[in-house]
Amino acid sequence: MSRIAKRFSDLAAEGRGALIPYLEAYDPDRETSLALLRAMPAAGADLIEVGIPFSDPSADGPVIQAAALRGLKAGATLAGVLGMVSAFREGDAHTPVILMGYVNPVESYGYERFCKDAVAAGVDGVVLVDLPPEEADVIEAPAKAAGLDIIRLVAPTTTPERLGYVLSHASGFVYYVSIAGITGTRTASAGDLRAAIPRVRAATSLPVAVGFGVRTPEQAAQAASIADGAVVASVLIETLAGTLDAQGHATDATLPTVLEQIGALATAVRAAGRQAA
Amino acid sequence: MANLMEQQKAARLNSSLRHEPDGRGHFGGRYGGRFVAETLVPLILELETAYAQAKADPAFQRELDYYLKDYVGRPSPLWLARRMTEKLGGAKIYLKREELNHTGSHKLNNVMGQILLARRMGRTRIVAETGAGQHGVATATVCALFGLKCVVYMGATDVERQKPNVFRMRLLGAEVVPVTAGAGTLKDAMNEAMRDWVANVADTYMLIGTVAGPAPYPAMVRDFQSVIGTEVKAQMQEAEGRLPDVVVAAIGGGSNAMGIFHPFLDDQSVRLIGVEAAGHGLDSGKTAASIERGRPGVLHGNRTYLLQSADGQIEEAHSISAGLDYPGVGPEHAWLNDIGRAEYVGATDEEALEAFQFCTELEGIIPALESAHAVAHAMKLAPTLPTDSLMVINLSGRGDKDIFTVAEHLGVQL
Repeated sequence: MSRIAKRFSDLAAEGRGALIPYLEAYDPDRETSLALLRAMPAAGADLIEVGIPFSDPSADGPVIQAAALRGLKAGATLAGVLGMVSAFREGDAHTPVILMGYVNPVESYGYERFCKDAVAAGVDGVVLVDLPPEEADVIEAPAKAAGLDIIRLVAPTTTPERLGYVLSHASGFVYYVSIAGITGTRTASAGDLRAAIPRVRAATSLPVAVGFGVRTPEQAAQAASIADGAVVASVLIETLAGTLDAQGHATDATLPTVLEQIGALATAVRAAGRQAA
Repeated sequence: MANLMEQQKAARLNSSLRHEPDGRGHFGGRYGGRFVAETLVPLILELETAYAQAKADPAFQRELDYYLKDYVGRPSPLWLARRMTEKLGGAKIYLKREELNHTGSHKLNNVMGQILLARRMGRTRIVAETGAGQHGVATATVCALFGLKCVVYMGATDVERQKPNVFRMRLLGAEVVPVTAGAGTLKDAMNEAMRDWVANVADTYMLIGTVAGPAPYPAMVRDFQSVIGTEVKAQMQEAEGRLPDVVVAAIGGGSNAMGIFHPFLDDQSVRLIGVEAAGHGLDSGKTAASIERGRPGVLHGNRTYLLQSADGQIEEAHSISAGLDYPGVGPEHAWLNDIGRAEYVGATDEEALEAFQFCTELEGIIPALESAHAVAHAMKLAPTLPTDSLMVINLSGRGDKDIFTVAEHLGVQL
């Protein structure tokens, strides 16, 4: 059983959903983001998403755009991001790590090489935002051979006819993009999620996580209880950015402030348990 | 990905190079495609269906023809540039006068087609990206004509260097949003327009101005721009009784070039030359020559030649011309380059400035800086060709918008 499948099945046995915090690699520098990555599980992260900085993140809002730029300025490369995950794995064999990013750096690195190196580094799954199933043949075979999950996005605009097609290309879990929009801008209501999630569940046996627009502990608890997990990204990066000094460097407040927020999100997600869906 | 030799063979055997991309929106099995977030995939598939229906509907074509004739002002003339021809002393040079279209460039050909499609689809809000502002002005114009809400994203750097067009768009009722991300040029405007579209899918139509982006845009924009080449073919037949020998056009994303090339793809005797903006020089590191100095990658919904780092980060393009200042190129051009059907060369900022003055002084036509790149290459090539050879330069836009930039480079204060 993969780390992702095991984690979701353990949490299901506990009767709760997963908290999946996001960090942008190398934001604001390698050392700080690696320290944050290492500290996330103890703060309450059940799975972790690591953003691969890209120059043109066209599905992201201003917060993640800025984080990607800080990461690139700090020297992030795809190889460097894999190196970070590898360093994280030295101290944590169980927390699933998912890379999230855009396809061009991966295409440039080489799909087969990427899949092999990512698995060797301890990466469990990858979300490539601008690689829909129509174009995914370039990565599917090497990912399968290497044992890397391809996490698929499902959006409110995904039609019922299309849903089955998209999910037939998914592995690991399904990432439900809760709003038609870019990251960190709007928030879906609990009513929206209660209507949408059963539709996705009916079409897959994979766990479903909700992302885009999950900001508060209440929203995270709600999303993780209606679905199987909640991805929280922009609000954590906003917090991190708020602790940086005028030159954009990390301060003593950076790690504790972000970790405290993850702690509050985790407490709410754990208290909420899961709704019978 | 199909092997290049096989493609070249298939291209030779195939009855026509003028064809639709495959079911995945790929040209030559490799370039193009639909590389967008899931939120947008259902929308581009809907657009593809709507366009296929419109294309097959004679009423749509009649409506488009009406607006092209009475609003855009087509056909545009094919002008024999006598003084330019004499001065260069080689090929006989004709200028395809796209700068005489309403709004001053070829951009309106495509915009007219897409706005009629957007209306058929019931969309009420239009978003567009623009570099030099020519596409933005064309889009703002048709939105005024049909009473539609219009939002144009434009890089902050371009807002600064293309002030007249910004004012023009605002007069036409468009909201112009300066984009400060990145270098504040066309690439960044494109990112922001895509973000707007993702966030406003219910009522919004994204009106892309060039032969790039996810399928069906590259083929659709090409179809709407092909009126240029189709007219040239008929006009040259009338003027000279034969096909031209060389067709030259400037390339940023490549819509004016694709529009004039496409009807000639199967006429193997016609050399097709795309002129990229070399900026400070092809090897200066400050260039926009994606085909000559880039390599294939994925950006803005399609796989094509891109200026990028070894790590796959997209690099900033550089050109004196805002309309060519883009690190990619339309995917069909990428394919035409690989199979060798079209040639791609560069012209520098300096050469374009010289050509700008050359054309203005000899023909009384002030070309856009974009089009001046095509003129610059013609100035190099024409003298090497026999006097009975025929060359067509696509004069894609007029240069009134560029007089401030040119004045600055000439050290003149306006």
